[in-house]
Amino acid sequence: MDKQTCLYEAHKSMGARLVPFGGWEMPLHYGSQKEEHHQVRRDAGMFDVSHMTVVDLEGPDACPYLRRLLANDVERLKDSGKALYSCMLNEQGGVVDDLIVYFLRDDWYRMVVNAGTTEKDLTWLKKQAEGFDLRITPRRDLAMVAVQGPNAREKALPLLPAEMRENVVALKPFNAAPGDGWFIARTGYTGEDGFEIMLPENEATGFWQALADAGVAPCGLGARDTLRLEAGMNLYGSDMDESVSPLESGLGWTVAWEPGDRDFVGRSVLEVQRKDTGKRRFVGLLLTGRGVLRNHLKVFAGESEIGEITSGGFAPTLGRSIAFARVSAAIGETCDVEIRGKRVTAQVVKAPFVRNGKACISL
Amino acid sequence: MSNTPSELRYAKSHEWVKNEGDGTVTIGITDHAQELLGDLVFVDMPEVGDNVEAGSECAVVESVKAASDIYSPVSGEIIAVNEALDDAPETINDDAFGEGWIFKVKLSDAADLDGLLDAAGYDATVAEET
Repeated sequence: MDKQTCLYEAHKSMGARLVPFGGWEMPLHYGSQKEEHHQVRRDAGMFDVSHMTVVDLEGPDACPYLRRLLANDVERLKDSGKALYSCMLNEQGGVVDDLIVYFLRDDWYRMVVNAGTTEKDLTWLKKQAEGFDLRITPRRDLAMVAVQGPNAREKALPLLPAEMRENVVALKPFNAAPGDGWFIARTGYTGEDGFEIMLPENEATGFWQALADAGVAPCGLGARDTLRLEAGMNLYGSDMDESVSPLESGLGWTVAWEPGDRDFVGRSVLEVQRKDTGKRRFVGLLLTGRGVLRNHLKVFAGESEIGEITSGGFAPTLGRSIAFARVSAAIGETCDVEIRGKRVTAQVVKAPFVRNGKACISL
Repeated sequence: MSNTPSELRYAKSHEWVKNEGDGTVTIGITDHAQELLGDLVFVDMPEVGDNVEAGSECAVVESVKAASDIYSPVSGEIIAVNEALDDAPETINDDAFGEGWIFKVKLSDAADLDGLLDAAGYDATVAEET
């Protein structure tokens, strides 16, 4: 039986088509996935992301623990509220999960992990905590709503707790402000400006309805996926998992190599792979021929199979099909993708495809 | 309330068939099918002149979510495809039973039509599925 978030009844009353996702029953769309996508690019949309898990890490060893746990370095976070995107690796350098971690105090960090990986993550977090003095607390009492789009901040601000507004207005991108039970971050998964807002479950339905009344459109997981794909953001389980390293998943930029003596989990394997010129590349593809790129389609250079699409789909902002693919290092400027037995040409491009409503690639 | 047109015939695989009365039929997907698929973004059409067997795959519709095969409910020769769908596949979402038709077939055996469902029969099939 899939779990339901505290906004479940609100979704039903707004006409959501609900589907199973990562152990939860979540909205896929509320009518038209494509319209929801455009709404976020052009105005403002909201997503229930309460299925994701907030985890608080508190105690004197929180910082050294996270410097061992994560491939990115929390030591880079100097200002309270600052966020960092990182992979959490296993000993083989494979990705256990990708997450965002917020620095609040030397003895308090907060992270947000994926829904489908939550139980595995918590087991891993506890296992790695041996010898460190800290408390790991999953915050199941918090709901989370993402409000995204060029008008998202303006529409959401008046609906936030009054005492937080001044701090929230001043938030720079990738920073968060804690408040009484609330936690507001200027982050997202769409390539647009906006907030990700954690709040007490019993206030979530009222807030969601107030946003809807302010003209923020409810958006489902379908639009969330096409928005993040256009924005060049990876999806755990599709673009990377425990069998691949961040270096083969387009996430080399999230690995903090310096200082060289920081011994994070998976480092020794990554150090070897880092020097390997034959490691696979993670590239963006723009379909020039007809069709739609989908997950797991095979990629070819001439007659040789060189890899596969890790996530693909139709990009509503571009009116074209785009994808991420993991391919051999030898890939050139174009490749072929096999769609239903036919080879269709795709151009190799650098992600992101879209940022702040505009195409970043030439079509 | 059903909005399944009574003048059409249907396949369980969610295609509709309109008998043009001259030995040809027009084929599309039902409103229920387009609703399940979501926003359509691409239609891979058969070639005019191809011969199709009843029950065989002959086109593919791709939505934002997934690709889905279209089966020809009748046997015969493809005599036309709806080229307007190349630029506007969403026409199927907007008007599945009309402007969103997909292809036309010259029947090789008019008896194929007898095996299809009427509107009430199709609605019952949909009701069973949901």
